[in-house]
Amino acid sequence: MSLLKKERRALLVLEDGSVFEGSAFAGSGETMGEVVFNTGMTGYQEIITDPSYKGQIVTMTYPLVGNYGINDEDMESAGIHLEGFIVKEYQPNPSNWRMKKSLKSFLEDFGKIGIEGIDTRALTRRLRLSGSMKGIISTEIQDVKMLLEKVRQYPGLVGRDLVREVSCKTPYLWKKGAPHAGKLPSKKPVKKLQVVVIDCGVKYNILRILENNGCEVLVLPAFSTGDEIMALKPDGVLLSNGPGDPAALPYIVDAARTVIGQVPVFGICLGHQIIGQAIGGYTEKLKFGHHGINQPVKNVDTGRVEITSQNHGFVVVPASVGSKAKKTYHNLNDSTSEGMQMPLTMSVQYHPEAAPGPHDTEYLFLQFVEIMKKGKGKTK
Amino acid sequence: MPKRNDIKKILLIGSGPIIISQACEFDYSGTQACKALREEGYEVVLINSNPATIMTDPEMADRTYIEPITPEAVEKIIARERPDALLPTVGGQTGLNTAVALAESGVLKKYNVEMIGASLNVIHKAEDREKFRHAMENIGLRVPKSGFARSMSDVLEIADEIGFPIIIRASFTLGGTGSGVAYNREELMEIAKGGLDASMISEVMIEESVLGWKEYELEVMRDKADNVVIICSIENFDAMGVHTGESITVAPAQTLTDKEYQIMRDAAIAIMREIGVETGGSNVQFAIHPQTGEMIVVEMNPRVSRSSALASKATGFPIAKIAAKLAIGYTLDEIPNDITRETMASFEPTIDYCVVKIPRWTFEKFPQAEDFLTTSMKSVGETMAIGRTFKESLQKAIRSLEIGRFSLGQVLPENLKDKNDFLKGKLIKPNSLRLFYIAAAMQNGISIDELYQLTKIDPWFLHQVKEIVDAEDELRNSAPSVELLKAAKKMGFADRALASFWKMTELEIRQWREREKIIPVYKLVDTCAAEFEAYTPYYYSTYETENETRPSTKRKVAIIGGGPNRIGQGIEFDYCCVHASFALREEGVESIMINSNPETVSTDYDTSDKLFFEPVTLEDVLHILQTEKPEGVIAQFGGQTPLNLARGLEAAGIKIMGTSPDSIDLAEDRDRFQEIVRKLNLNQPDNDTARDVEKALQVAERIGYPVLVRPSYVLGGRSMEIVYDPETLSSFMERALLVSPEHPILIDKFLEDAIEIDVDAISDGETTVVAGIMEHIEEAGIHSGDSACILPPMTISAPLLELIKKQTKMLAQELKVVGLMNIQYAIKDGKLYVLEVNPRASRTIPFVSKAIGVPLAKLATKVMLGKSLKELGFTVAPHPEYVSVKEAVFPFNRFPDVDILLGPEMKSTGEVMGIDHSFGLAFAKSQMAAGFKMPTKGTIFISVNDYNKDKIVPVAESFQNMGFKIMATKGTAKYLKDHGIEAGLVFKVSEGRPHIVDYIKNGDIQMVINTSLGSKSSRDAYHIRRGALIYNILYTTTIAGARALCEAVTAIRSESWQVCSLQEYQNI
Repeated sequence: MSLLKKERRALLVLEDGSVFEGSAFAGSGETMGEVVFNTGMTGYQEIITDPSYKGQIVTMTYPLVGNYGINDEDMESAGIHLEGFIVKEYQPNPSNWRMKKSLKSFLEDFGKIGIEGIDTRALTRRLRLSGSMKGIISTEIQDVKMLLEKVRQYPGLVGRDLVREVSCKTPYLWKKGAPHAGKLPSKKPVKKLQVVVIDCGVKYNILRILENNGCEVLVLPAFSTGDEIMALKPDGVLLSNGPGDPAALPYIVDAARTVIGQVPVFGICLGHQIIGQAIGGYTEKLKFGHHGINQPVKNVDTGRVEITSQNHGFVVVPASVGSKAKKTYHNLNDSTSEGMQMPLTMSVQYHPEAAPGPHDTEYLFLQFVEIMKKGKGKTK
Repeated sequence: MPKRNDIKKILLIGSGPIIISQACEFDYSGTQACKALREEGYEVVLINSNPATIMTDPEMADRTYIEPITPEAVEKIIARERPDALLPTVGGQTGLNTAVALAESGVLKKYNVEMIGASLNVIHKAEDREKFRHAMENIGLRVPKSGFARSMSDVLEIADEIGFPIIIRASFTLGGTGSGVAYNREELMEIAKGGLDASMISEVMIEESVLGWKEYELEVMRDKADNVVIICSIENFDAMGVHTGESITVAPAQTLTDKEYQIMRDAAIAIMREIGVETGGSNVQFAIHPQTGEMIVVEMNPRVSRSSALASKATGFPIAKIAAKLAIGYTLDEIPNDITRETMASFEPTIDYCVVKIPRWTFEKFPQAEDFLTTSMKSVGETMAIGRTFKESLQKAIRSLEIGRFSLGQVLPENLKDKNDFLKGKLIKPNSLRLFYIAAAMQNGISIDELYQLTKIDPWFLHQVKEIVDAEDELRNSAPSVELLKAAKKMGFADRALASFWKMTELEIRQWREREKIIPVYKLVDTCAAEFEAYTPYYYSTYETENETRPSTKRKVAIIGGGPNRIGQGIEFDYCCVHASFALREEGVESIMINSNPETVSTDYDTSDKLFFEPVTLEDVLHILQTEKPEGVIAQFGGQTPLNLARGLEAAGIKIMGTSPDSIDLAEDRDRFQEIVRKLNLNQPDNDTARDVEKALQVAERIGYPVLVRPSYVLGGRSMEIVYDPETLSSFMERALLVSPEHPILIDKFLEDAIEIDVDAISDGETTVVAGIMEHIEEAGIHSGDSACILPPMTISAPLLELIKKQTKMLAQELKVVGLMNIQYAIKDGKLYVLEVNPRASRTIPFVSKAIGVPLAKLATKVMLGKSLKELGFTVAPHPEYVSVKEAVFPFNRFPDVDILLGPEMKSTGEVMGIDHSFGLAFAKSQMAAGFKMPTKGTIFISVNDYNKDKIVPVAESFQNMGFKIMATKGTAKYLKDHGIEAGLVFKVSEGRPHIVDYIKNGDIQMVINTSLGSKSSRDAYHIRRGALIYNILYTTTIAGARALCEAVTAIRSESWQVCSLQEYQNI
C-alpha cells in the first residue's frame, strides 16, 4: 500500500449541505439513505447483514473497521441490507481464526459501497446536533450541488414501508441454524413449541435462539394476515425487528391486533412498535436514534441495569399507550420507553438477541418460552 | 440505594514506594478514592509511606499517616483512629496484602473494622490459584492445567504431568516476581527455586504454557445490586508469555468479532459473580488460542490495578472513583457520568479512537541484566497515546517514550555479518526493542508469516507495522511533496522523523506544514463516541477536519509533564506538576496539562481545567500552545523532559514561566557555571576534561585519585564512575571514547568521605528562602536519588548551615531564579563545595514539602505568576520539631544478575519517608517502610574492606553491647577481635561450607554490613549482597549506613514506636 495511492475518491453529502470527502474501499457508484451512526466497537458483520438497516447509510464511530474480516457464522440475514457503509479507516488485512473473506469483498459481492477516510467523529457530531439526515454517497459525481439536489429529493424514511423489501416472500422453516424453504409441515409438532415469526426483516439470531430453546420456528412473510397466522395454531407469535417507519405498516398492525391476547406474543424492536400501535398507541421519530451495543436499560421489576443492543430511530410514545400496557423497561440515558407487557404479550424496544451486543437480556426468550409452555399445557 | 450511614470513618491503605509493578497508578487511584469518599462526607484516614504522592498531601485526607505500610503500623493506626471500615482495593497488591494480614490476624475483628470493596473471602478466592481454579471450574471456564508445589520434588512431579514449556508462578508476590517460563528441566529447577523463595507462602504454581496465545484484559465493575458493566477491553500486541505490564497493549480489542468479545464479556461477568466481588472494579485476563479460539482464564485482580488506570485514561471513565462510591453503597445507576453529566455510570464506555500503551524500560541502568521480557515485570513506566488509527497512536506512543526514537526507524547495529540471523534472535526472545526489530525485519524482507511464527504477534498488528514501514520507505525514497507530507502526518509520523527522511530540519518541516495549513485538530475523550455532549475537556490530537477545542479568553498557563516514569524521573515530578495545576486554580488561572503518562494524577481529567493527553515533544507541545495560546508554560516541574523543550519553545515565541532557559543552561554548562563559581568565590572539587587516555591519566594524577568520571553528553548520573586507580581509569576512558569519541570526558576530584547535602530553595527573584537542608546518610559519591537523607541535618555545625544558606541565596540571585532551585553541596574537612546546581523542581520537593509542612511547588507556581514570597507569606522556612528521613527503594530483586552496590548512577525507583521525634526512630521507620524487618536481637554479619575496618569497630561494639552476636569474614573478624569485639568466623562462599549464604538462607543472620571499594567487587562479596537481597535481610553497603542502622536498632529497642499523623505533626 502506498501513501499516495488513492482509492476512488468519494463524496458524502448530507441534506443540510455538509460535505465529507473520502475514498471508496469497496464498490463504486452512488447510493442514498438516511445516515445514522452506530457506536458499537465490534459487530460490523452483524450490522451490515441486519435487515433493519434497509434505507440507511451507517457510519461506525469506532474508526478501525474490517479488522477481523467476515466469517460464515455471524450472518444476521442472507445478505447486506444497508445502503452504504462509512468508516474512518478500512482494515485491508483482517485477522481472525474464523475469517473467510474480507469486508471489502463481502460488500462488493452485494454491490454495496463502502467509503473510508471520513472524519466520522465530525460526521457523528453533526448527526447528533442536527439529527439523522438524508445523505448521498457518490464515487461518480464530484459536483456537490448536483448531489445535494439529488439527496433533497430522496424520500427518506418517514412514512415509508421498507419491510416489504426485506421480508421473506414465502414462508420457511428455520432448522439447524439455517432457513429451509419448501413445503411447510402440515401438522403441528406435538412436543415442540411452534413459534410463528413474522418476518419484518428478522435477524437470524432471533431464530437461532428460539431453535436453541427447543422451538420449532416457522417464519412467515410480513404481509401475512392475522387469520393466516392463527390458522397455523401457533404456540406463540414473534413480531420481529425491521426497517423503516413503523407508522407505515398498518397491515402488520392489523395482523398483530388479531393475534394479541389469543396466543403469547413477543415483539422485538419494530415488533414492539407494531404492538404499541395495535393497542392504540403511536410512534415518533427520535432525533438521531439509538444505534449501539452499550445502551443501559432499567428493568422496572428487578431494578437491575441491563446493557442492551439497540437499533432504532422511532419509539413508542408512552403517553399514547397510557395504562393499556405495563411499562417494563426504560432507557437510562434518555428515559425513553424500552418495554411493555400485557397478559400473554411482551415487547421490548431493544434487541435481546444481541448479535451484536451483550447477552444481558437473552433471558427474555426463556420467559417467552415459559409463557408458551403454560399455554400449550392448557390446550392439551 | 443510598450511601451507607452506618459507617463514618474509612481507612485507606496506599501502595507505598514506587517499585516496578506498583507505580503512580495507585496514587491516582488512591487520590480519586480519597476525593470521592470525602465528597460523600466520610472521614478518611490514610496510610502511605510514599511522600511523593498527591494522596499524602495533608488536605487530601482527614488524617494522613506517613508510616511504614506494615500490619504492625496499620494496627497502631486502627487502635488510634478506630475507623469503621477499611477500603483495601485502591492500594495495589501492597494495600490488599496488608489488609489480608490484618483480617487474618484478627485485628479487624478486634477493632470492629469492616472490609469494604472486597472481603477476605473474595481476595482469597481471586488470589489463591487453587481456589481460583475451582471457582472457574464451577462456572464452566477453563484455566491452564496446573498444580501447586511447595517443594522441588512437587515441582518435578507436576511438571512431568503437564509437559514443557511450563510457566512457573509464585503465589502471593508482586508483578510476577519469582515467575518465569521454563523450556527444560534445568530452567524449571532454577526458576521454581526462585519462585519458592519469593513467595510469601513458599508456594509456586506449575502451569500449562499458553505461550503464543492471544492475550486480552477486561476491566469490569460491579455494584451491590449486581449490575455489572465492562469499562474497557484491552488487547496485547505481545502474545502470552510476556507480562501484561511488559506488553504493548491496545484498547479496545482489535481482532475479536462481536460474538467472541461477548463470550469473553459473559465470562468476565460470571467470574465477578463467582468470585463474589460485591462492589468495585476488577480486571480479568484471558488467553485465546490463535487458531481455535479456545478461551482460557489467566487471572483476575479484585482491585483497581495498573490496567484499570490505563482503562480509565483510555476511556475517560474514572474506575477508582466509581469503585470508591460503589464501596459505600451506591449503585452504578445512581452515580452520574462526570463527562456527559446527563448520563449515569451504569453504561459501557465506547470509544472512537485507538489507544496504544508502550512500557518504558531502563535496561541501560543495569548492564548486567539481560534485556529479555518474561512473565515478570521489569519496566519502570509506560506511555500511552491516543489517535484515530492504530498507526497514528503507535507512532505517537513511540515518540512519547523518549528513547531517542521518532519513528520505527533504523535499529540495527552497523556491520552486522548476518542480519537475518541477528534479527531472528531478537524476534524470538521478547525484548524492549522488539517492535523496532520487527520493523527492521520487514525492511530486510522477512515475511509477515515468518514474523508471526517467530513472535506470535497477531498478523493484524504485524500488518499495521508493515504499513508504517512501507510508508517510511516510500517517504525516504520520494521527493518531499505536500501530498506526501499530508499523508505522512495522518499516519502519525513526527516532524523529526520526516526531517530525517528528507534531510531537512524539524523547523523546516514545521514551517512548511504551517504554510500548507497541515496542522492537527483536537478531539475529545468523552466515554460515548460523541453520542452525548461532553463537558470534561480531555483532548488528543489527530489530523482530521473538525477541531473541538474551544480556547477560552481567560488567563491561562500550560504545564508540561514528565512523560513516562523512568529511573531518575518519576512521581516526584508529576507531584510538582499537579501542585502547579492546583496553584493555578487557587489563583483563578486556567490550567492546561500536557502529559503522556497514563499512571499519573496529572492525567486525571479533573486535575486541570484542560488536559491534553499528548506526547511531550516539541512538535506536539507547540501545537497545543499555538492552539490554546496560554500566557506561558511551566517547564521547570516535569523533570528533564520539559526542560529539554524549553529552548525550542522559547525560540518559537512561547514564554517560559519563572527561571529562564538561559539560566538553566548556565547551571548545566560546565564552563559557564565555573565562571559563576569563580565570580562568587565558591569552592568546587578540582576538575578538568580529557579527550584521550593519556590526558585523563595526567589530569587524575594532578588532581589526585579517587576521581569521578563521566561522559559529558549524558545527564542524571548515567555512566558515571568513581575511579581509584590508573588502570580502571584507562579502561573507563577506552570504553567511553569508543561510545562517543567526539565528546570530552569530565574528570572531577572525588571527595572521599565527604558529607553530601541537598538543598531545596525557592526564589522570586528578590527573596530566596532555603526551604530544606537535607543531610545525606551515605557519603558523597552515591547518587543523591539513591541516598537516604535526613531533614533537619544532624551533624552540620551552625556556621556551616549559615554558609549553605548564604551560598544558596547567592547562587539563586546570580542565576536569577524565579521558582524552585536544588543545590548539592559536599562538606569535607569543614569546607563547603558546590557539586551541582539545578534551577528547577527536584526529586526532593515533595519530601521537603511534607517535612516542613509547606507546599513548595504551589508557592513556586504562584511566584512564577508574579507574586512575591512576601505576599505569599513565605520568607522563612519553618523548623520542624520532628525528624524526617527519606530512604530510596531499589528494583534489584527484579534483575537476577545485578549487584546491589550503590554508586553515582541512580538506580532507585522510589522512596519512602520515616517521621518521628528522633533520628533513630525516623530512620527505623524508613527502613521498615522500605520493606525490611528491624531486628531487635540476633546476629549481625560484618564484612568490610580494609579501608573501612577501623570505622566499623564502634558500630560493631554498639551492636555487641545491645546483645547482638557478631559474625564476620576472616579479615574483618580478626580486626574486630584485635579491637576487643567477639566475632564469630564465617566462610565466604569460596572458602567452603557452611558459608555466609547458607547462614542467610537458614535465617541465622538478621543484618548484613558489607562494604566494597569502587566498582571492583569480588564474586564473594557479590554473593553475600545478593543473598541478603533475595532473603530480604536488612543490609547496608556503606559505613554511614551501618552507623544509621545501629542508631535505628538502638531506638527501636529502647521504646515502643508510635504512629502520628501529618496533620498532628504540622498542627493542621
